[in-house]
Amino acid sequence: MKKLMLGNEAVARGAYEAGVRVVSSYPGTPSTEITEFCAAYPEIDCEWAPNEKVAVETAFGAAMTGARAMSCMKHVGVNVAADPLYTAAYTGVNAGMVIVAADDPYMHSSQNEQDSRMIARAAHIPMLEPADSQECHDYIQRAFELSERYDTPVFLRLTTRLAHQRSPVEMGERAELPVREYKKDFMKYVMMPGMARKRHLVVEAREQRMEDEAASLGLNRVEMRGTALGVVCAGVVYQYVREALPEASILKLGLSYPMDRAAVRDFAARVDKLVVIEELEGIFEQEIAAMGIAVTGKCYTGRQGELSVQRIREAFGADKAPQEPALPARPPVLCPGCPHRATFFAIKKLGLTVFGDIGCYTLCALPPIESMDATLCMGASIGMAIGAEKAHGRDFSRRSVAVLGDSTFIHSGITGLINAVYDRSNINVIILDNRITGMTGHQQNPATGFDIHGNPAPQLNLEAVCEAVGAHVRVVNPMQMKDMEQALREETQRDGVSVIIARYPCALLDKRPKQPCTIADCHRCGACLRLGCPALERGADGAVRVNAALCNGCGLCKQMCAFGCITGGGEKQ
Amino acid sequence: MKANIIIVGVGGQGILLTSKILGYLALKMGDDVKVSEVHGMSQRGGSVITHVRIGENVASPLVTPGEADMVIAFEWLEALRSEFYLRQGGAMIANTHRMLPMPVIMGKAAYPEQTIDGHPLYALDAQELAERCGSVRAVNIVLLGVLSQLLPWPAEAYEEAVAACVKPATLAVNLAAFRAGRAAYQNIAKNEKA
Repeated sequence: MKKLMLGNEAVARGAYEAGVRVVSSYPGTPSTEITEFCAAYPEIDCEWAPNEKVAVETAFGAAMTGARAMSCMKHVGVNVAADPLYTAAYTGVNAGMVIVAADDPYMHSSQNEQDSRMIARAAHIPMLEPADSQECHDYIQRAFELSERYDTPVFLRLTTRLAHQRSPVEMGERAELPVREYKKDFMKYVMMPGMARKRHLVVEAREQRMEDEAASLGLNRVEMRGTALGVVCAGVVYQYVREALPEASILKLGLSYPMDRAAVRDFAARVDKLVVIEELEGIFEQEIAAMGIAVTGKCYTGRQGELSVQRIREAFGADKAPQEPALPARPPVLCPGCPHRATFFAIKKLGLTVFGDIGCYTLCALPPIESMDATLCMGASIGMAIGAEKAHGRDFSRRSVAVLGDSTFIHSGITGLINAVYDRSNINVIILDNRITGMTGHQQNPATGFDIHGNPAPQLNLEAVCEAVGAHVRVVNPMQMKDMEQALREETQRDGVSVIIARYPCALLDKRPKQPCTIADCHRCGACLRLGCPALERGADGAVRVNAALCNGCGLCKQMCAFGCITGGGEKQ
Repeated sequence: MKANIIIVGVGGQGILLTSKILGYLALKMGDDVKVSEVHGMSQRGGSVITHVRIGENVASPLVTPGEADMVIAFEWLEALRSEFYLRQGGAMIANTHRMLPMPVIMGKAAYPEQTIDGHPLYALDAQELAERCGSVRAVNIVLLGVLSQLLPWPAEAYEEAVAACVKPATLAVNLAAFRAGRAAYQNIAKNEKA
């Protein structure tokens, strides 16, 4: 019986069938659901790690000592995990270890468009690329098998259109593999220079052996049609090519790295013209060109964004497809009742420079709040604030803040905070503690007090951590707008490092039925609209009204109204 | 059966659930199917689009602009925004209810007053119908009911797919919404334009 599965669900199912025992990940779109689906299998020890580096180290520890292990992350998470990964390629594994890297071409929910195929090459880690849910299910199992056969971590690369598409999957049963024996082997697992020099040779030999045996692995496939045009492709792009260029012959690379150069040479000899169609970087094209084979690719597609059937057709001379009309945009917005709105409103009111971070609150860079100066990567807000004070001095740090979420702080903000204190900075940090990892769809983290299954877990005390680091700590309910503003005024003036923990749960966590606010005799001043709440609208007569279907009853608008026109809100009685 | 379907609306309207139901149904009826979704930050009250492709052997998970047989729009501005996906003669099934986007709320843009006249249009206030069935959140299933009149599958198959995909507590409301949408088709089909 076939089941319709999200690509991410199929990866989880395949890993389960492959006998995976340990899964440790940090959430990140488009990879998050893999680990959530894994958590539903009681045979898998599954966790949310505080960041991708810890996740990979945990997976490595399990694999090295004999249990199949997996770690899943978005492309930028691979950067965080790069340190253990590059060296795990040297040590090799014992039981299979697979890293799922989910790239996000077009940046649907990301800050850059990096291509994880580059990292596979830089780290000398083999990479497999599935093209639909069935292959997600099958390739993850192959990845575990290859990891053990070649004694190396293996990457499975997804892209958004693969991770978040559903297609039919034929499932199998779980192979219950015993935990392998662990034998101390410090020449293999302790990477001091003397040992690492020997292991580096092993890496190179392994990579060569894998390429030599690539044909027998059955991951690459030639589909011969016409001989006028031959296309090399991988992943979901294969699906686009099949539709856009139905006459073309195809070499589909399921083994994305190392490239089976003999297969490429053979395919190139069978077609008149060879083209690589690949999203993002021109990696295959460059490698094939380096073999001395005449090939093009990026001159057709460029390196920006996602490919599609239409984009490939147009590159090969088809007419332009109809375009989306110019209409008012509907950008994503903070939800009604979101505590970030309250915090950022206070920040905007004081006109502070904001070093931002990664989370729902990044939306505060957009109108109407427009209070974010920079967003770089997870946890970067604190480091940026430290640097800015160095550049502009104490007066500047009195007018600026670093803002990041609870999960982001734990991920990699905490080291920045240690540096801020150690470095004698005078920065002010706001931790938006909404009791959950919000943007990726509500994952637990060490500060929530629950594990991935929703069971109670030891809870990290954010105040105690910040105090132990040496920062001054103040906890505020941001929904009390006057309190938040007061705290911000005082803490920005405080010498030394101060942390405001703005604590209020994510609006989507609180499922109690709410009483919507109501507006009577509106004075039409528009003060409440400055909140940018999607539940408030100005009618044709200029009066503001509440969209009761959206209102969460949070009452921020009541605090904005100087005329007392707004009533209601709170819990439904 | 072969169909390219686009589902659009505002984050939170149950767009992903609707595409999941359609995908489940297509597989059940013996077709190949691919569904493409968007998760993450763009779901937070922004425009959301999913693609459903049904056929014998579906390759790309995305519908090419100008090739959709149907667009189901849970909100009127999103209907206008996605009409370009329709092929000639492709049908628009749209909720006439308006949800104002932030630029309109802030007075930076006006909600467009145009209508859809280049394609057959099945328009109704699904919001009102869903409320009558017990929940505004059932707008998606009301429109699924309308769609069910345009595809060859039997009504029972849809109801079974709805039952398999929605939370048990919401099943009664969703089945009522499906039947209401299916019944509404008879009246709104008169508005069909080519």
